[in-house]
This record gives sequence, structure tokens and C-alpha cells, in this order.
Amino acid sequence: MFKEKILKIIKNDARVGLFLAKRDIKRANKWTTILIVFVMIFTFLNLVVVSGILVGLIEGSVQANKARNTGDIFISSFLNRDYIDQSVEVVKVVENTPGLANYTARITSSGRVTAEFRKTLLKDELPNAVGAGLVGIIPEQEDLVTNLKTAIKTGTYLSSDDPDGILIGDSLIYNEETPIEFPGFTALKRVSIGDSVLITIGDTQKEFIVRGTIKAKVNEVDSRVFMNQSELRKMMGTSLITYNEIAIDLQDGIDEDLAKNALVSSGIGGYARIQTSIEAQPKFLKDIQKTFAILGNAISSIGLVVASITIFIVIFVNAITRRRYIGILKGIGITRRAIIISYIYQSLFYAILGSIIGMILVFAFIKPAFIAHPIDFPFSDGILVATLSGTLYRVLLLMITTVIAGFIPARIVVKQNTLSAILGR
Amino acid sequence: MIQIKNLAKIFENGDSPIRALDDVSFTIPDGQFLTVSGKSGSGKSTLLYQLGLLDTPTDGQIIIDDINTESLDENQKSSMRLKNLGYIFQDYAILPSLTAFENVMVPLLMLGLDDKQAENKTIEALTKVGLEDRMHNLPSQLSGGQQQRVSIARAISHNPKVLFADEPTANLDTETSKNIIDLFLKLNHEGQTIIMVTHEVEYAHMSDRTIFLVDGKIVSDITNKIA
Repeated sequence: MFKEKILKIIKNDARVGLFLAKRDIKRANKWTTILIVFVMIFTFLNLVVVSGILVGLIEGSVQANKARNTGDIFISSFLNRDYIDQSVEVVKVVENTPGLANYTARITSSGRVTAEFRKTLLKDELPNAVGAGLVGIIPEQEDLVTNLKTAIKTGTYLSSDDPDGILIGDSLIYNEETPIEFPGFTALKRVSIGDSVLITIGDTQKEFIVRGTIKAKVNEVDSRVFMNQSELRKMMGTSLITYNEIAIDLQDGIDEDLAKNALVSSGIGGYARIQTSIEAQPKFLKDIQKTFAILGNAISSIGLVVASITIFIVIFVNAITRRRYIGILKGIGITRRAIIISYIYQSLFYAILGSIIGMILVFAFIKPAFIAHPIDFPFSDGILVATLSGTLYRVLLLMITTVIAGFIPARIVVKQNTLSAILGR
Repeated sequence: MIQIKNLAKIFENGDSPIRALDDVSFTIPDGQFLTVSGKSGSGKSTLLYQLGLLDTPTDGQIIIDDINTESLDENQKSSMRLKNLGYIFQDYAILPSLTAFENVMVPLLMLGLDDKQAENKTIEALTKVGLEDRMHNLPSQLSGGQQQRVSIARAISHNPKVLFADEPTANLDTETSKNIIDLFLKLNHEGQTIIMVTHEVEYAHMSDRTIFLVDGKIVSDITNKIA
């Protein structure tokens, strides 16, 4: 009974608070309202966009790794094996995977690439060489999955009837973007399109011509040398048809986990490691992703503090300049709670309106703009990561902050002496 | 009935405190039209604020209908003001962002009336003060006299036990002032207890009783007519 009475009183306070807030907002100075909403929009964007870009910086790398390297499903040899067991059988199963769009099977080896190999070295001069992962591909098939052709930085793409051509990853070549050298770090210097380089695998050497350089902004791609599969097989001295990696591109809408489970249940799980693109992410990417998510949350927290201070100031200035108004309300018997609630409603109105406009800006304009024109960071094409659920969560946080930031200044002003407020003394 | 016993209000002013009210005692029966008069600084407004529970006296008691207001906390005083008291201020004290209608309606909503009941009572009060055709105007669109009428409508809308008016005609022209006083007399004839602060002798004589204050003390308590 007592509880019901209390609830009724609070409900009535909320009703009167809403009545006052609606009219205050309706009759407030239009430009002041626009300014406050404008501030709230930027506060919202600060919360969502700044952390979204930070996370998007890494998400760009994650997506690039998927698009340029692993595909939707990545099959690779077990760590203790040189290649995928029963490679031919595995490929046959892959070809019958439901929802398959394309696949590319690669062989890999490690070797050494030497430029200027005909040059006579001076005493103590090191050869212009670099250790690299060598990848044998069928160029057309590779391009269908990873669009490698579009990652060509200089020169041209590899063709299947080019036994002497290679593509060199940009990270292997010394250029203005190469990080400061440190002991042990090497990169090929003075290598241009059309130059001959010597590739060494064990005791086998072969001269190749650099057809192009690749910059995919994926370390696994940019630190590799690509050549025709048949040539690498020859250099490795094997006639067996084996593969080390198979990248699978699924049709749009096909679930990666379902496709992976289908492959595993087909029995090839015993021959190779089968991973979705997320599982196949390099560990450092996963770590950076977590790190940037923490950073993003930290920046969001600062954004929330800025938002709460903004709302606090807005409400405090509003309340303090209307001290007499509040005094009159108290004088005629309007409860403190109803007056405070009216200010909370007002601050919520500004926050909700700012958030709605902010969400429209983010999802209708900013996010599509980032997708169409990613930020060209040196190591990734940065996009804006803003999911609806994540954004709504931030809106919820903003609302909670708003309620607190609206409540405190209103309470400070409402607690002042009624008569002094009415008489303006 | 309101009983005032040994009421005192002292304002601290450095080493020389000001006794705005000094041992004031009197009783106001229900339905009386009481005017409080005196020179500027005599303590008449201070008295009104104490009686209206807008301020807390330094000493003494105010008993309204057997309730000793000394024992009430801020929320209870607020509730008492809402339910039993009505105020009319010299400078109207109406809310500038609300229309005449909304100004009158707010306390009615606070009393817990539903929208329809509150609207009906608002229309009734505004009609009583002759503002039925200006109900939806903002205060800035009303004359001083009309604003004071809004203030009166707001004060009487919930049928308070006591109506307090602090120099309600001070800012109005003679004609408008007379209309306001006529309205008070009409309300008083309907049984409304009114306590009005005024320095205009003519209006004081129209009330049932007049108390004169000098330096916070009652120097005369005159019955103008038989109630």
C-alpha cells in the first residue's frame, strides 16, 4: 500500500516533470537548442567514430588478410608436416564443397632471393639478398580468390605461360616506406621491374625476372615471392602433386562455420588444418585487435566523460539562469523531484536527438563513405567499424551518463532557498 | 484558522542583526480578509513569507488548522503550500515559458488531478478572473494586469485555505488595481481567507482587518468592518 502510494507520487512527479520539460524545450531559444544538439552530435560521433576508426584500422588488416590471403576458409598443412596429406584428395573434396565460389591451392617453400648477383662483391660487402617465403601459384586461379592482380604496385601480374617471371612482395624491397634498418633486417636494394634475380632453395638456383611488385597491405603476402607453381615444384625437385595451402572463397551468404564443418565432416580434417578466416588470423593481428578494442573503449570512456561534462554545463547554466523560475515552481508547491525530472528529461532529449542524428550520419553517410574510400594507412586500409549493437550500447551508456549529468546540476540549483530564488537575492 | 505565536525573524548582518519581525502574535480566523500595512522595511513582506511557509522564522510558531508548521520538513511544507496555500506576488511570478493556461494547470497536475480535471479547473479559474479569451497567450503577450490575473487564477485554482498576496497592485494602474481588489473582495465574499500586504490605505480599509507594522512589531490591529 505504502509502496503503491510512493510509486503514484513518483509517477505524478514524472508527469509534471514531462509537462514542464516539453514546454521548456518547445519554447527555448531555437539557436540555443540547435547549438546544444550540435554539441551532442559531436559528442556522439566522438564516442562512435573515433573508437570505430581505431578498431577499423585493424579491421582493415583483418579483412585484407581474408581477402588477400586466407579466403573464407583456409586449409593448411599440419605444423609437423611438410605439406597437406592426400593433397589431391583434399582438393577434390574442396571442389565439391557446398557454396564454393573459387579456390586456390598453393605450394610454399623458403628460399633466398639475390639481386645484383652478377656483381663482384667488395671485401666485407654483403650480397644484396633477402630470405623469403616462396609461393607457387596458378596465377589465374589465385587472382580469382585473392584478386592478387589488383595488389600489383609496379609492373605486371604473372601469367601461367611465364616460367621465368616472379612477383616480389613490397616488404622484401627497400624503399622509402621500409622501416629503419636494424641488425638482421635485410631488404633487396636497387631492384626494378625487369631485373634478374637469383632464387636459391637449398642447392638449387634459378634466375628469374621481376615482373612486378605486390603491395596487399598483408604481411603474409607482402613478404612473399610468387611464381608459377610448376617452376617452384621443379626447384623443390619434386614431381608429386602436393599443396601447402588452399584458400577457399565461398559464395556470398554462405556461413564460414557451416562450410568448415562440412569439410571437416567429409573426413579431410585428418589430413590438414581447416580454419575459418577468423581462426586463421595471425596471432599478432588478434592481439592488436584486442589492444585497439581496449584503446577504443578507453577513448570512448574519455568521450563519455566529455559528454557528461558538456551536459552538466548545459543543464547547470540552464538551471542557474532560471533560478527564479525554479524558485517560483517550488513556491507554488511543485516538488523538487518533479523539477529535477524535468531537467533530466531535457538532457535526455538533447542526448537522444544528438544520438539519432549522429546515428543517421554514421550509418547513412560516414560508414558508407569509409567503405567506398578507406583511409590509406601504411599497413591497412582503415575502415569505420560501427555495428548497430555496439552503437546502441554506446547510446545506452550516453543516456545513463546524461541522466546523471542532468540530475546533479538540477539538484544543486533546486536545493537552493526558495524565497531567495524567487526574490533573486 | 492561523495562529501566530511570538514570531520573530532576524537577519544576520555582521555585528548588527536586523529584527525584521519581533515577537509578533495574532490569530486569523477562516474567511477573513486581512491586510498587513506599514512603511517600507517594516517587515510586512517578511511576515507574509513566514506565514506562507516560503521562509523559516527564527523563533515562534505558525499553526495552520492545528498543524504546527515548525515541525514540517521541506517536502511537507511544499505539500502544504501546494494543497492549502495560494500566492500572488507583487511582480506576478508567473512562468515565462508557459502560457496562461499552463501556468494555472501546473499545480493542479502536481496535486494529482488527471488532465481533464486539471483542464476544467484551469478554465474555471481563468474564467473567474476574466481571462477566458487570453488563456493560450504567453506572459509576454499579456499586460501587467492580465499577468496578475493569471497569478490570481493560479493561486485560487485549487481552492486553497489561505490566499497570500504581496502588494498585488503595486505595479498596476489605478483602474486595473481596482479590478484586482474587487476580485479579492468577491473571492472573500465566497469564503476565501485572504492575507494581503499593501501600503495603500484605501485598499486596506476595504478589508475586514488591518494590521500595521513598524520595525517588525504590530503597532495596531484594526477591524475595518464586521466580518
